[in-house]
Amino acid sequence: MDEIRAIVEAVLFAADLPVAPERLVELLKERGVDRQGIVAVLEDLREEYAQRRGGMEIRRVAGGYQFCTRPDLAAWIRRYRAGRPPALSAAALETLAVVAYRQPVTKAEIDAVRGVDAGGVLKGLLERKLIRIVGRKEVPGRPILYGTTKRFLEVFHLKDLSELPTLEEMRALRPEGEPGGGTAP
Amino acid sequence: MDYEVKLEVFQGPLDLLLYLIRKNEIDIADIPIALITRQYLEHLEMMKSLNLDLAGEYLVLAATLIHIKSRMLLPEENEGEAVEGEGEDPRQELVAQLREYQAFKEAALALERRPLLERDVFKRGARIEDAVAAGGAVEEEEMEMDLFDLVAAFQRLLARLGPSGPMTVNRELLSLKRCMETIMDNLRQRGGMAFDDLFPDGRDRRKVIYTFLALLELVKMGAVKAFQTTPFGPIRVVLSGGADHG
Repeated sequence: MDEIRAIVEAVLFAADLPVAPERLVELLKERGVDRQGIVAVLEDLREEYAQRRGGMEIRRVAGGYQFCTRPDLAAWIRRYRAGRPPALSAAALETLAVVAYRQPVTKAEIDAVRGVDAGGVLKGLLERKLIRIVGRKEVPGRPILYGTTKRFLEVFHLKDLSELPTLEEMRALRPEGEPGGGTAP
Repeated sequence: MDYEVKLEVFQGPLDLLLYLIRKNEIDIADIPIALITRQYLEHLEMMKSLNLDLAGEYLVLAATLIHIKSRMLLPEENEGEAVEGEGEDPRQELVAQLREYQAFKEAALALERRPLLERDVFKRGARIEDAVAAGGAVEEEEMEMDLFDLVAAFQRLLARLGPSGPMTVNRELLSLKRCMETIMDNLRQRGGMAFDDLFPDGRDRRKVIYTFLALLELVKMGAVKAFQTTPFGPIRVVLSGGADHG
């Protein structure tokens, strides 16, 4: 099992995208480790790095596991890289939120929610691989349907889409609360 | 009386409306439509006066607001008649739309607060694709001036000129081309200049306007770049592209 553990750690280190447990099961087929065993190893590793409080941790993201730097060290990495962090404009974030929650969604539906034309923003998000075309809606004109990508999950530190807070939860977080029965503390 | 107008950057008509609601500390479910419509139209006027290309969406919402306002002025007398939707609050649909938009606005903020890859957490090595993505974003981040900012700066400049005196029309040959050349010459000599210094002294509005148009043309051509180093800081104009030591 120690060797399996070492292999898993090595693969995580060498991988450039989050590693799904399924990939590891397949990789280690001849060793006969099942998914449960792999996940146990992954979780064990994750715990080890967390306890070590070193510069790196293993995070669960986009359906897999990935080495990354500790968030509280971000300023140092940024300084080291001497570049500006990539930023998304407010328009891009709003559009991304609509796509994430409403997917699959057409441009017309996005425009309706935001009250403005999202054409240029959608193009930018497509270029940055945060959204993708997932099909066409079977209505007159067969408009393109958009959805989010794995890259979106990776960038926004989400295990999967279910980790997005529901819109209702967010409404509850709003300080003013609903005029009706808001029980904000 | 002079008063300073601060323009926020709005993501669209709904965003502007939400801003007004927040600013007036109004309950979204009970919008005083007359007040909000007035303020909304004032904002549109202001944007128009800056010659901003008012997107059609803003006008659509203006029409909606006015329509709601007129419906609210009508007495409710058709209680007997069961006219579909007539008994409803005319604001209902707009309120629902605003609520929905607000929820997504918050969702967007929530996304932004997450630990973002390449901002808060970093994976091993920077792949070329990430560098490209980051490079694309830097453009958004850099405080380069858009037309909006330049026009606002120009408005301030014009305001400083004071009221224009009686206009005498004479055929002075000002050409845009010559103004562009003047700017380029100045920039080549001095490397970069403050926005205000580009403009000729004196109260000649036409010269100022020509110079401004020339500047816009140069920015559009990509010959010069206008930027700020700090928000609301002085605007600098530099030649773009070349280390042109003259």
